[in-house]
Parts: sequence; C-alpha cells; structure tokens
Amino acid sequence: MSGRIFLFGDDIDTDQLAPGQYMRGGIEAIATHCLEAIRPEFAQTVRPGDIVVAGRNFGAGSSREQAAEALRHLQVVGVVALSFAGIFYRNAVNLGLPILIAPSIDDVADGDTATLDPEGGVLRLTTKGTDVALEPMPENLRAIINNGGLVPHLKKRIAAEHKGTAE
Amino acid sequence: MKQTLAQKIIARAAGRDHVTAGEVVTAKVDLAMIHDSGGPRRVAPILKELGVGLWDKDKVFLVSDHFVPGDTEEGASILALTRTWARDTGVRFHDGQGICHVVLPESGQLQPGMFAVGGDSHSPTGGAMGAFMFGIGATEMAGVLATGEIWVKVPETIRIAWTGQLGDGLMAKDIMLALCGRLGMDGGKYQAIEYTGEAIKALSMQERMTLSNMAAELGGQTGLVAPDEVTAAFLRSVGGAVPDLSDLHTDEGAEVLEDHTFDATALAPQVAAPHSPANAMPADEAGKTAVSVAYIGACTGAKYEDLQAAARILKGRKLAAGVELLVAPSSKRDQDRATQEGIMAVFEAAGAKVLPNACGICAGYGTHRLDADVTCISSTARNFKGRMGEASSQVWLGSPLTVAAAAVAGHIVDPREMLS
Repeated sequence: MSGRIFLFGDDIDTDQLAPGQYMRGGIEAIATHCLEAIRPEFAQTVRPGDIVVAGRNFGAGSSREQAAEALRHLQVVGVVALSFAGIFYRNAVNLGLPILIAPSIDDVADGDTATLDPEGGVLRLTTKGTDVALEPMPENLRAIINNGGLVPHLKKRIAAEHKGTAE
Repeated sequence: MKQTLAQKIIARAAGRDHVTAGEVVTAKVDLAMIHDSGGPRRVAPILKELGVGLWDKDKVFLVSDHFVPGDTEEGASILALTRTWARDTGVRFHDGQGICHVVLPESGQLQPGMFAVGGDSHSPTGGAMGAFMFGIGATEMAGVLATGEIWVKVPETIRIAWTGQLGDGLMAKDIMLALCGRLGMDGGKYQAIEYTGEAIKALSMQERMTLSNMAAELGGQTGLVAPDEVTAAFLRSVGGAVPDLSDLHTDEGAEVLEDHTFDATALAPQVAAPHSPANAMPADEAGKTAVSVAYIGACTGAKYEDLQAAARILKGRKLAAGVELLVAPSSKRDQDRATQEGIMAVFEAAGAKVLPNACGICAGYGTHRLDADVTCISSTARNFKGRMGEASSQVWLGSPLTVAAAAVAGHIVDPREMLS
C-alpha cells in the first residue's frame, strides 16, 4: 500500500503523541489529538497507509502505549526514525506497529509518496524512485509484529502449551 | 568473567552464569509494579482475552496515584475498577498512599538485586535500591502478569561518575538537569546508566531516587546505584530485609560503553527551559524569568527531603505577589513526617496550597492544570509541551530549592542567595 510521508524532527514525545489531558478517554479520543501540539492538522489529514518518519529519539517520555496505539488507530503503516525511545519501541512491537530504524533520513521529504516494507527493511520513495535501507528488526520481535502484537502472539503460545499438555 | 551490575542481575533472572551485552534473553520477573492508569483497567481485559490469571499475585504491587483523588466521574470509576480488581486478585494494594515510585521503596518490598518492571516510565527509580527496574507499557505488562517473564536485550552500561561534593543549595535534581543538558534526552541510548563517585555515595536514598528516576529523561533503560550501607540503612528503616550485597556491584575492569566524569563541587543550581529537560542552564542565566505558578510535586520532586529543602527557603518568607505555590507531597508517609516536623506548617504560612499525594498536574491530571500562557517553575522531571496544561503554558524545571526561591522572588533565581 502506498501512502504519504509525514516528516517530524527529533524528540517527538509521548505527550505529543497521546496528550495527558485526553488519557481518560478511549483511543478514539486520544488519536483525534495525536501530535496536535506540533502539527494541529495531523490526525485529520493522515490516511490509512501513510508513514511517519522522524529524527532521533522518537517516542521519548512516558510509558503510555496509547502513543503507539494512536498511530496504529490512525492506520499509519509504520514509523521510521533515526532512533527510538526504548519503551516506545517495546510498546510499538507489542501492539504490532512496524517500527524501523533508518541510518539516514536525508533523502526523505514531507509529503513524499512511499511504501514501507517492514520484512525487507526498505522504505521505497515512489515519487523519487529511490530506496531508503532500514535496519532489519530482530527476528523474535518480527515474529511478534507478524502475529499482530504481543496479545495474539501470547494467545498462540498459550494455545500451543495447552495443546502440549493435552497430548 | 567480569560483569556489570546490570549484567549480574539479568544473568541471575535469566538463569544464566553470565550474559553478554546485546544478546536478547528471557528473564523471570521478581516484582511487577502497576498503577491505576496503566494497570487493572488496561491489563485485566488482556488477561481475560488470554484466558489466564496472574502468574504470582504476591509479586504484583498495585498503587493508585494517577486518578487520585477521583474527583471526576471518569477518575472515580477508574479508581473503583482498580479497587475491585485488587480485591478480586488479592494483590498487594497501596490505595491513595502516594506515587508508586516512592510508595514501592517505602514498602520495603523492593530489594537490591531484583529484576523488576513497572508500568510507568519512571520505573528506573527502583535502580536507586540497586534493582534492575525499568518501565514497560500496559500490553507488555499484561504479558508479564500472565507469564512472569519478559524479553530483555542485555544493555551496555554507561557509567556516570560525580567526584567531589555537592555544595549547599545543590540537589540531585541539579545533577540530573545538568546531565540532561550535557548528554541529551537520548544520551542514555536505552542502556543501563550507573551512577558512581563520591558525590553519589554521599547522597541519601531519596536523593538517589531522583537520580534513578530521571534516568528516564536521559533515555536510559534503568539508572542504577550500587547498593551500599546507605541502601541497607534505608531498607532497615522501612522494615525491609537486607539481602547479601557483596556481589551487587560492577566488577573492576568490566567492560562499559561509556565513562563520564563530572565535578560536583563546581555544579551550580540548574533550571531547564521549556519544553525539554535537556534545555538546562545555571539558574542565574535564566534572565530572571517571571513565574506565576510554582509546583513542588511528583515522584521526583516532592519527597520528604524535597519538602524539607523547599521549607528552608520558605521559612519566614511569603510568596511574591501574583505567584501561586502548589505542593503535592509524593507520599502520605512523607507528608505525615513533614507535618510532624513542622514543614507543612511552613508551606501553609508562606501561602502555599497543598494538593493530594498523587501524580497530579505532572501527569496532566487534576483541576490545577496550567492555563494558557502561564509560566510555571516545577520540581518535576519533564516539561514537555502541553504535558502540565495548555500547549502555550511554559514550564521550567528546577530543584525544590530553586522552585521555592522563584516562588518567593517572583522570578527564577539562584536559590543560594536565600540560604544563610
């Protein structure tokens, strides 16, 4: 699926992704305000298939996984950044949101049309006809993402364990 | 094989003799801390979906702190759900006793050498006790509660030494703001930070908790202080058992990723300008920025010793005209002690307003969220845009001493000017 790139800078934090004042509400309400402090039109204009690209330390701050969940809820297909804050990275994997590290995002411009291939580790800039190579995700984390996140992943494991006990 | 403190703890939890930085291992969790926001309301539906119960209710530590005092309909209903779940599961529950990162060490349940997780980003606070403790999200927590296990990529260690001694008027918060300024919010690279050096060894347990807490702002996975006689004395004071500490240190010659050394003696009181803890500078270089709200609160900024420090400034002084001082003591235990020692009376006499023992406006909750364009100085850990109120509010960070001094002066000032 092809989408547009929304390009952000360094240190995009979890309060920008999931503002504290909306945390009482469900993900629907939180997602409506995703990134509004720095890009007020983001939640209204982002469409399924779009890709978030950012600089260093994306997802800094709180452990609230609504930060990753809001992006998934808006049907962003993945986040590519120079680096991620540790907890955000874990949360994204656990929610099944593809999350990839790019050695450089110099070729990427806001509004570029692109496709993201998490398995192959490539961000294809279709307007420009160039590829951005991404760091491959560790295999065990890819397995969680491919299963749709930690909960379906654990379900599979628990079902397998039960099957093992039954036999 | 020479190992870091972090590696020793992870190896033990993973059932291994030793582990190597960079490898992914599955470790058994000794303690899982959760709170009312990321806890029962989010993990219970996942456990239900998985069709399993808690792996070990005695290893789960639940605290209500985010929606306390439950003064909105939604907050009250989340607290009610939390209390019901606590009753049904039989987990250890501290209800309305204060913020989890302070209540947990005060309970004596967190032991040096433990491998522990918390459902909150400031969970590295447990590192002050010499525990490898880190923050995780609710889904991952549900996985821990179901299985008692978690994957961890064995971190490298970034060793940060502070030599010399902090001068009067300096606190652990100044150390952390200076570090955020020098190393940046991703300076910790999601590795294990270990604080060492004579200035660190001289710090009390509550001051060490401020260091470890703000390992989160440095981007570290955890922030360790090797346990010593200060740790042991603290554990005894809260009725906790003292385990064998003899091997809980980084071996001489163990490989670390980075070694940093700073001089505590030369440090001046720090503030961080909006909207990042990394915007640190000496307080006397902040251009006497005027403030209208001063906030002494949160896990990192309103423990007993933080209150005691602020009271040193406020005793016999009044707030500047037009300044509101809000004080939300980190825990009930700390507030009770401060009351007994006359510290809360000092706040009252100065004209401060005392708020519940909860996360409060630091987490964007409560009725005192900052209005548009308000400038605030806060003893909390992070000043992200819009975190404590309207996006146009401006939050500066400083130590409790610096916050109190600004409340008296009406603008940011080096608090040492007010200490005799």
